[in-house]
Amino acid sequence: MSNPLYQRDILSISDLSRDDLELVIDTAKKLKEGDGYGLLHKKVIASCFFEPSTRTRLSFEAAVQRLGGSVIGFSDSSTTSAGKKGETLADSAVMISSYADAIVMRHPQEGAARLASEFSSVPVINGGDGSNQHPTQTLLDLFTIAETQGTLEGLKVAFVGDLKYGRTVHSLAQALSLYGCEFIFLAPDELSMPDYICRDLDERGIQYRKSQDLAAAIPECDIVYMTRLQRERFDETEFKQFASAFVLRAEMLFGAKDNMRVMHPLPRVDEIEVAVDRTPYAYYFEQAKNGVYARQALLALVLNEEVTL
Amino acid sequence: MSNKTLSIQAIEFGTVIDHIEAGKGAEILKLLGEYIEGVPVTVGFNLHTQSGRLKDLIKLEGVILSEDVADGVSLLSPGASLNIIEDFKVAQKRSLGIASQITGTFDCLNSNCVSHTEPVVSRFSVQADEGDIKLRCHYCEKSFSRDLVAV
Ligand SMILES: [Zn+2]
Repeated sequence: MSNPLYQRDILSISDLSRDDLELVIDTAKKLKEGDGYGLLHKKVIASCFFEPSTRTRLSFEAAVQRLGGSVIGFSDSSTTSAGKKGETLADSAVMISSYADAIVMRHPQEGAARLASEFSSVPVINGGDGSNQHPTQTLLDLFTIAETQGTLEGLKVAFVGDLKYGRTVHSLAQALSLYGCEFIFLAPDELSMPDYICRDLDERGIQYRKSQDLAAAIPECDIVYMTRLQRERFDETEFKQFASAFVLRAEMLFGAKDNMRVMHPLPRVDEIEVAVDRTPYAYYFEQAKNGVYARQALLALVLNEEVTL
Repeated sequence: MSNKTLSIQAIEFGTVIDHIEAGKGAEILKLLGEYIEGVPVTVGFNLHTQSGRLKDLIKLEGVILSEDVADGVSLLSPGASLNIIEDFKVAQKRSLGIASQITGTFDCLNSNCVSHTEPVVSRFSVQADEGDIKLRCHYCEKSFSRDLVAV
């Protein structure tokens, strides 16, 4: 029997069941411990970045190469016919899928990956479509949480910073709600978690509260998930005020639980003080590294009926 | 000739959209748009129903409304009914309810949605949300209230 992700499009985290998520996490764990070279033997992956995203692209391309596959593609569509000559994404997807065994794509418009998947003859993996979805970020976050806590079940997770516009935190909160986690949302009122997400959590019976006191929340938490406060959304005095309230400083970590880890999707600007990096709680660089394992796991599962490690 | 016979004057073959919520008839006509180009259309606004309420009514001669368009109409006036007329008789009558999927009749409200620039028809799933009816775009996954949908 083939694995449930074999030849599947990976477009939105909500398309994945609990079993699917656990399969990816489990496979990522094995790949981190062992060696998956050869799992993409003779496979060609098209890495199509219609807008630049160096971090995501390098992570995917490293994942392909570490499994012994090869990569074709582009890192910015302004230099390709798709961008320059006005080719539709639909036509690009038909064409590219005739060259490759899978397409990894990032695109500035919402819905682009789903649309491409309707025209592509090979699986499409969404590496970000505008402000909509970025499922591999959520997968690497889940893998990192499972790795540091030994479980996803019943954890207490604080989300800090821009919770209004951050699709990363929306997707992660929704995924963790499958595991009965409890949330603390720490954000300025202007950037608080949107109502539609909160309603969704209410419907699932998930416990959460909103707070503006980061230091007080830390001792309760298993995971503190930091995000970037975008300076351009505020005037200077406002920003200073928020920054002092929602910047993680090393002295706030006294009293944290031993198992607590600080995560951040990176790039960090100044919402985590550099001194935090030297504490045992900092896990954001390891989290970025885990991105390669999570993407390796996904590619291996999508392109192999069976993955034995 | 009484007022009543005037407003429901018989057609030989076609579609009667009846029991449209009063005031929604104009929006539905706009939705029908090019679909009814060259088609004889009779319209009644603010007609009295037997129960004393007001309704709008639209008769299309010579066309049977497609499912997709009927779904669009259902979203604007869920209480409307669709009568297919053959040989001056009602051959089929159904109340519309609210379709679970709407295809091709409305544009996505998200201006950055890929459906605007690609060769595809718009697709929405319809969700009831605390008395409001919401459309969720198949592509960009954004949801918005039915009331915001421009016809
Ligand atoms: Zn849309």
